[in-house]
Amino acid sequence: MVTDSSSTQPIRETARPVHQERTKISTHEVDVFYGAAQAIRKVSIDLYEKAVTAFIGPSGCGKSTFLRCLNRMNDTIDVARVEGTILLDGQDIYDPKVDPVQLRARVGMVFQKPNPFPKSIYDNIAYGPRIHGLATRKSDFDDIVEWSLRKAAIWDEVKDRLDQPGTGLSGGQQQRLCIARALAVQPEVLLMDEPCSALDPIATAKVEELIAEMKMEYTIVIVTHNMQQAGRVADRTAFFYLGDLIEYETTAKLFMNPREEQTEAYISGRFG
Amino acid sequence: MDLPPVLRSEKGAIETIRKGVRKRNRSQIFLQILGIGAISFAFLMLAILLLSLTSTGYKAFVQTYLTLDVYVDPAEVSEEQLPRGGFDDVIEAALLQYFPEAGEDRATRRALGGLPSNGAQFILRDKVAADPSRIGETIRISVPVSDPYDQLNKGLIDRETPEQRRRVDNREVAWFDALKEEGLIRTKLNWGLITRPDSRFPELAGLKGALIGSFWALLVCFVISFPLGIGAAIYLEEFAPKNRVSDLIEVNINNLAAVPSVVFGLLALAVFLGWFGMPRSAPLVGGMTLSLMTMPTIIIATRAALKAVPPSIREAALGVGASKHQVVFGHVLPLAFPGILTGTIIGLAQALGETAPLLLIGMNAFITSAPATPLDASTALPTQIFIWADSPERGFVSRTSAAILVLLSFLIVMNGLAIFLRNKFERKW
Ligand SMILES: Nc1ncnc2c1ncn2[C@@H]1O[C@H](COP(=O)(O)OP(=O)(O)OP(=O)(O)O)[C@@H](O)[C@H]1O
Ligand SMILES: [Mg+2]
Repeated sequence: MVTDSSSTQPIRETARPVHQERTKISTHEVDVFYGAAQAIRKVSIDLYEKAVTAFIGPSGCGKSTFLRCLNRMNDTIDVARVEGTILLDGQDIYDPKVDPVQLRARVGMVFQKPNPFPKSIYDNIAYGPRIHGLATRKSDFDDIVEWSLRKAAIWDEVKDRLDQPGTGLSGGQQQRLCIARALAVQPEVLLMDEPCSALDPIATAKVEELIAEMKMEYTIVIVTHNMQQAGRVADRTAFFYLGDLIEYETTAKLFMNPREEQTEAYISGRFG
Repeated sequence: MDLPPVLRSEKGAIETIRKGVRKRNRSQIFLQILGIGAISFAFLMLAILLLSLTSTGYKAFVQTYLTLDVYVDPAEVSEEQLPRGGFDDVIEAALLQYFPEAGEDRATRRALGGLPSNGAQFILRDKVAADPSRIGETIRISVPVSDPYDQLNKGLIDRETPEQRRRVDNREVAWFDALKEEGLIRTKLNWGLITRPDSRFPELAGLKGALIGSFWALLVCFVISFPLGIGAAIYLEEFAPKNRVSDLIEVNINNLAAVPSVVFGLLALAVFLGWFGMPRSAPLVGGMTLSLMTMPTIIIATRAALKAVPPSIREAALGVGASKHQVVFGHVLPLAFPGILTGTIIGLAQALGETAPLLLIGMNAFITSAPATPLDASTALPTQIFIWADSPERGFVSRTSAAILVLLSFLIVMNGLAIFLRNKFERKW
């Protein structure tokens, strides 16, 4: 199993050219338990820098659970227990020396349900940089807020009402606000758990465009139930089933020519 | 698969459902009637309580006053002796101007002197002491009449009652009527009820001491229980590991909130007064005792408010890299604050009305001056009501009702404030 951070993925035949890539996150035999129940079983996977990886699989198969391991959000759940190693740039993130707070600044997260703070749009964005001390002057904050909102393709819609509550925006706008909020702390990795499940097709298209653009600079992991979406945005796709990682391939290969029968059954929609 | 036999019927399922709906509607109406009935009953009881209190208490909100022109006789009062002097004689002399025939024998003169309140001489004394140059002048003073005359004026003493069984005899009624004829008797709003401390004489007794005592006690109670209660709740809810110990603590806090208040009184008596030797009857100790009761209420309310903050907000903050304590103090606590405030105010309102623990630490002492500091002996509103309700003088009956009304209005204001704050600060997320 590959645990060396500089190792490369063997080049396969794909529709999209996959060049030599660096491993950003590498997990080795990760188990997750909720109390006595095991939700993730021996998952080993390499996630690549400046690429989009999609997690797919039927409801309850552990996609969110595994995603939340990557920035230690599972720490906040009392009954959850994580075993195995997860390396970020070669460093074990569950090492006692690693501060989860710092880790979450490097590995940002966008949740399934838009969850802006009940504060102004401006403060929603400025909050992260403020607690991390990324800026001190008002003008610097202004710049960060504008940059983040522009990056998240929502600046034009909200620039005239930055002082109004973020909760007053539409669902799609809220989700882009949450993305902007995550971007404001300059993460290296962005984890997105079904970011479009509450959005209409237009807002979804905007978020997808955004992902395509952000890919240039960030490592992105997205959980989705929408095969088309995975096909559109992801370079690689991982299929989970009942806590196991069944198949992990370049997206084109996984959809066109799955190795496993379960994968084939799931993506062709005849599952049972 | 075939339809299960139970669902197979000639008329189809919809007929059965329709019948069932009628039954369900009936039981809903029945429940509604029951609910409206219960609420009406509660309101009726409240109305009866308020009505009976106001009907006896409203008379204590006004007071009968006597206006007198008194000649401050230098023979009775001299500047050197102030604040002592024969002020009672001076007042008696002023009354004798109107009824010269009463001066003939001592007993009648005494009786006439009892028409103004016993406190009249002190009112005059304070006036003269404040400006001694008025010795030798005639001063116009307005003093409360003593309780029997006050009751006579308010119609609480029936003139038709045979003289032997009446608290004022015919001669006294005649004096009073004569003074009234002269326009010297006036009924005024009784500000003394809240501006004067307690007194042996009902016409002079007021709630100032009790109000200030309750204020100090509540302040102490708030200062202790608010930060401690919120701190404990935050720790238990947000930081403490969930295990046997925290379960045990939780159960005990819930039990604490249900402990009868008299038990806290006994505890305070033993610990605060017994071991620590703190002063008896002091609002400081009263407040500390009350905080024992208020704290569990605040803890429970705070924990409920913290729990009600949606987890998505916590996750959002954690997701951008906020530390646990930044999440709690920056996001969760502000969102929980309206709930915490409401719980606190309701806890304090409970404390304001609490009597038993204060009785045990001696806050039912008879004290005729308002406390200057929380360490001075004092009463509190509910204990003052207790004292007055226990007093034999007739005049205290209406004062008791009036004091209850004052207490109730404070409670209504506090509960109203709780509702107002909740509506004002409640935020959507
Ligand atoms: N907080 C929790 N406590 C206990 N069990 C949990 C908890 N969260 C998730 N689980 C269990 O872990 C398993 C995986 O859940 P998870 O949320 O990761 O699934 P998912 O793949 O994200 O599903 P979905 O597509 O519906 O979001 C499920 O069986 C679920 O019941
Ligand atoms: Mg999920």
